[in-house]
Amino acid sequence: MHEWVPFWPRNAALSASIIDTINIGEFALIALILVFVFGMMITFGVRYRHGSARPRTAVAERSWRFEIGWTSATIAAFFVLFVLGANAYLFLYEAPRHQDLELYVVGKQWMWKIEHPGGQREIDAMHVPLGSTVRVVLASEDVIHSLFIPAFRLKHDVVPGQFETFWFRATRTGSYQLECSEFCGTQHAHMRGTVTVMRPAAYARWLTDQGVAESLAQRGFALFRKYGCSGCHGTGSDVHAPSLAGLYGSIAHLADGRAVRADERYIRDCILIPQTQRVAGYPPVMPSFQGQLSEEDLINLLAYIQSLSEGPRP
Amino acid sequence: MSTAAADLLQTYLGEEHTISSWLLTHDHKRIALMFFGSVTLFFFVGGSAATLIRLHLVNPAGTLLQPEMYNRLFTMHGIVMVWFFLIPSIPATLGNFLIPMMIGARDLAFPRLNLFSWYLFNVSGLVALYFLFVGGVDTGWTFYTPYSTLFANGHVIAAAVAVFINGFSTIATALNFVVTTHKLRAPGMTWFRLPLFVWAIYVTSIIMLLATPVLAMTLALVAIERLMGIGIFDPSLGGDPLLFQHMFWFYSHPAVYIMVLPAMGVVSEVITCFARRPVFGYKGMCFALVSIAVIGFFVWGHHMFTAGISLLSAVVFSMLTFIVAVPSAIKVFNWTVTLHNARIHFDAPMLYALGFVGLFTIGGLTGLVLGTLASDIHLQDTYFVVAHFHFIMVGGTVSAYFAGLHYWWSKITGKHYPETWGRFAAILMFVGFIVTFAPQFILGYLGMPRRYYTYPADLQTWNVLSSAGASILAVGYLLPLCYLGWSLFYGRKAGPNPWRATGLEWQTSSPPIGHNFLRTPQVTEPPYQYDPRDGSYISQDGIRHA
Amino acid sequence: MPSARTLRPGMQYADLEQQSETAQLGMWLFLATEVLFFGSLIFAYTVYRSAYGHQFQLAGHDSFILLGSVNQAILVTSSLTMVLALRAARAGEQRALVWLLCATAALGLAFLGVKGYEYARDAASHALPAIDFVFKPGYRAPAEMFWTFYLISTGLHALHLSIGIVLVLIFAVRAARGAFSPAYDGPLEVVGLYWSFVDTVWFFLFACIYPLGRVMT
Repeated sequence: MHEWVPFWPRNAALSASIIDTINIGEFALIALILVFVFGMMITFGVRYRHGSARPRTAVAERSWRFEIGWTSATIAAFFVLFVLGANAYLFLYEAPRHQDLELYVVGKQWMWKIEHPGGQREIDAMHVPLGSTVRVVLASEDVIHSLFIPAFRLKHDVVPGQFETFWFRATRTGSYQLECSEFCGTQHAHMRGTVTVMRPAAYARWLTDQGVAESLAQRGFALFRKYGCSGCHGTGSDVHAPSLAGLYGSIAHLADGRAVRADERYIRDCILIPQTQRVAGYPPVMPSFQGQLSEEDLINLLAYIQSLSEGPRP
Repeated sequence: MSTAAADLLQTYLGEEHTISSWLLTHDHKRIALMFFGSVTLFFFVGGSAATLIRLHLVNPAGTLLQPEMYNRLFTMHGIVMVWFFLIPSIPATLGNFLIPMMIGARDLAFPRLNLFSWYLFNVSGLVALYFLFVGGVDTGWTFYTPYSTLFANGHVIAAAVAVFINGFSTIATALNFVVTTHKLRAPGMTWFRLPLFVWAIYVTSIIMLLATPVLAMTLALVAIERLMGIGIFDPSLGGDPLLFQHMFWFYSHPAVYIMVLPAMGVVSEVITCFARRPVFGYKGMCFALVSIAVIGFFVWGHHMFTAGISLLSAVVFSMLTFIVAVPSAIKVFNWTVTLHNARIHFDAPMLYALGFVGLFTIGGLTGLVLGTLASDIHLQDTYFVVAHFHFIMVGGTVSAYFAGLHYWWSKITGKHYPETWGRFAAILMFVGFIVTFAPQFILGYLGMPRRYYTYPADLQTWNVLSSAGASILAVGYLLPLCYLGWSLFYGRKAGPNPWRATGLEWQTSSPPIGHNFLRTPQVTEPPYQYDPRDGSYISQDGIRHA
Repeated sequence: MPSARTLRPGMQYADLEQQSETAQLGMWLFLATEVLFFGSLIFAYTVYRSAYGHQFQLAGHDSFILLGSVNQAILVTSSLTMVLALRAARAGEQRALVWLLCATAALGLAFLGVKGYEYARDAASHALPAIDFVFKPGYRAPAEMFWTFYLISTGLHALHLSIGIVLVLIFAVRAARGAFSPAYDGPLEVVGLYWSFVDTVWFFLFACIYPLGRVMT
C-alpha cells in the first residue's frame, strides 16, 4: 500500500493488513458521506442564496419520513462498521489458539526491556522471526506505558500491577519503529526503539550469537529456590500446597467457588496477592511476595512455571 | 447630554457606572460580560501554550523547549482550554446573557448564585495561574495514575484543587439554568416553543450537574493520595490504575458533550435566522440533544480500548459509541436540509455556523473511526485523536462561539461590528483551521504518538504544515479581538432587531434594559416562524413583521 | 430575599409560592450532584471491596459498631426534630419551631461529638491511615484501603453535617426574630431537604463500614 500512496505507513504484519482494510473501507465511506453532505450544502447554498430568483414554497413541516429514513440508513451503516471492527478487535486481542514464540517485555521510565525465552535480552529493540505467531507478555515497573508498533498497527497499554498480553505475526522483514504511546514522564518521546523482523534462520543465528547461558525458565527456577517456593510447592515438601506441574493453562478451582484459567495474570496474583486467589482444598497459608520481586523476577518465575506445562499454551 | 448617551443610560450597560455596581451586580447580563472577560483571558493563556508547542514542533529535534517545559505546556493547554475556556464559554457568556431573555424572564432564578459562580470561576482561575507560574504540571489534562499520584514532579494537588473549584462554578451555573428553564418561562412559552439554544443549554446543564461531581471526587482522591501517601490508585498497595481511568472518563466523556451541545444550540439559532426558514425537524433536534446527553453517559470506555479492559466491555462501549453518533448525524442532516427552500444570507455569523457544520461533520466521522475497535488499536493515543477532538472542539465549538458572538453582538453591545472584516475573519479561521489540523490525521495514521516533544525526521513536513496553519489560525482569532473592540467605540448603532429574528431577545432594545422587558411577553408562536418566500417572520410574541 | 415585613418575592418571580417552589427545585438538583459525589466514592469503595472481600471484612470488624449505631440513632432523631420543626412552621408555632431547630442542631453536634470520640478510639487502635496506622495481624495493604475509605467518607460526611448545623442555627436565630410564618417557610423546607440528605448518606456509609466481618461473612 505504501508504495503507491505517498504517505501510507509500511505494512509489516497480519494485523496491519486487517486494520488497513477496515480503515480504507471507513475512509471511503467517510468520503462518500462528506461528498453527499457538502454537496448538498453547497448546492443549496448556491440555489437558495437570497439573491437567486428560484421560487420558494411555503414551508410544510412533514419531516418524519426523512428523519426516519436517514436515521435508519445511518444506523445500518454504523452497524456494519461496528461489527467489522469488533470482529477484528476480538481476533487481534484474544489470545491466539497456537503460538510459536513468547516474548517478555518490561517497560520502565524510559526504556523497553525485551527478553526472549532463551534468556537473550535487548533494550529498546525487539528481534522477531518472520511468519511466527509471537505472543508478548507486558509488564511495567513504574507507570502506565503503551507498546506501539505502527507498522503492525498494534498497541497495548502496559499497566503496573498486572500482566497484559497481545500477539502479532510479522509478514515482512525489515526494521520498524517501536514507540511508547502513553505519556509516562519527561522522556516519554524518547522511549522508542526498533523492531527487527528476520527470516527464521537469521533469527536463530541471532539468538545463539547473543551468547546467553541461562534461559528465562532456568533463571526462574533459581528464584523459585531462592525465595523458598520449593519449600512448599516442591516435590519433597510436607506442606499441603498445589502442585505447579501442568498448572499454567489449566483451570484452577478457587475456594469461593470460582473456576478461573491459570494464565499469567493468575500466576502473578498468586505470587503477589495470594489472599485473593485461595485455591479450593488448600489452607490459606501462602505468604505474599509483594515488594520483594521486581517485574523481571516475576517474568522469570512465570517462564519457569510455564515450562512445567506441556502442550499448547492458552 | 446627547440622545445616544441618554439612551445608553436606560440600558443595563448605562444604569450604574461604579466598579461595585459591576462586581456586586445581580444582573445576568453584566455577569455574562464579566464571564466573557475571564474566559477570553484564559483563551489567550491556553492559546499561547499552543503557539509555543507548534513553534517547537517545526523542528523534529525540538530545540525551542526543554522536554520538561514542553510536557508542562501541553498539560497547561489542555487544562486551561477544557475547564477555563471551552466548558464555560458558551454557557456562561451567551447562556447567561440570553437564557432569561429567550424565555421571557427578567433574570435567572438565583441571581446571587450566578454572581457567586463567577467568583468561584475566578478563584479557580487564580489557583490555576498560581500553579502555572510556579512551574506547572506535566501529567496531561487526563492526570493518569500512578504517574500523577506517585511520579509527577509538578503541582498536581494545586491543579486538582483548581479544577475542583472550577467544578463548583460549573455546577452553580448549571443548576441556575435548569431551575430557570423549569420555573421562569413566560406565559405561553411551552417546552416545544423554546428556542433550540435554550434546549441545548438545558440539556448541557443536566450533564454538568450529573457528571462534574464524579470528576470532583476523582481528583479529590488523586490529591489525597498524593498528599497523604495512601494508595488508592497505587498498584503496589492494592490500588487499580484503571479505576482512575474509569472514574475520570465517566466525567470526561460527557464533558465533551458539555463542550459541544451549546455550540449546536447556537448553530441552530444562526442557521435558521440567516436561511429565513424554520429549522428542519425541530422536535427531532430536541430529541437528538436529549439522546446525545443520555447515551453519552455510557460510552466512556471508548477511551480505554487499548488499556486492558475486558473484551466484552470494549464491544459494548463500541456499540454504544456508534449509537451516540446517530443523533449527531440527524442534527447535521437537519441543518443541511434547513438550507433547502431557504433564502440564505451569508453574513459572518452564518459563515461561522456553516463552518461548524462542515468541521464538526469531519470531526464526528473521524470519531467513528476511533470508535471502531480494530481501528482504535492503531490510532489510540496518536495525532489522529488530537486532530479528531480539535476538529470538534475548535473547528466546532470555537466556530460556533464566534458565530454566537457575532450574531448577538448588536444585542449585547448595541453596536454593529464591521461586516466585511467579520466575513474575512470567518473564512481565514476556517482555512487556517484546516491547514493546522488536517495534516494531523495523516501524522496519526503514520504513527506519531501524542505528547511527543520530538519525532522521527520523516514526519517533519506534516508538522511544519500544521504549524503554518496555526499561524493563519492565530490571525483568525486576533482579528475579531481587534474589530469587535473597535466596534464598541466606533461601530454603527444597532436597532433592537437588525437580523429580523423571531426570538424574544430580539423583541426588546439593543442593549436591553436592566430587567430585559418593559412588560412580560406573552408567547403565542413556536420559534423560527420565518417565511422564505419573502423573508417575513412572526416573532414569538405573535407579531407579524413584513 | 424578602423581609418578614414586606414578604415580596424577588423581581424575577410572580409570587412567593413560585419562589419557594423554585428554591426547592434548586435544592433537589444540588442534592442530585451530592448523590453523584458520594456515589462515586461509594462506587470506588465497592470495587475494592469486591476485589478484597476478606481483607475488608477483617478491617471492618475492627470498626466501632456501637458508636456507629449510636450515631445512626442520633441522626435519625435529628431528622425527626427537623420534620417536626417544619410542621411547627406551617402551623405558625414560632416557639416550637425555634426549639425544634435548636434540638436538630444539638443532635447534629452530638453526632459530631460521638464521631470525634470514635476517631480518637480509631487513633488509639492505630487505624487511621497516614495519621496513625499499624498493620494488625492478618492485615495486608487492602485493609489499609478500607480504613482510607472510612476516613475519607466519614470526614466528608462530617463536613456536610457541619455545614448543615450552621445553616440550622442561622435559621433558628432568624425564626426567633419572626422571619418565618405559614405564608413564608420556603427556606426551612430547603434546609429540611438538605438535612434529610445528610441523614440518608449516613445510612449508606453505615452499611458500608460497620456490618463487615460481623453480620456478613
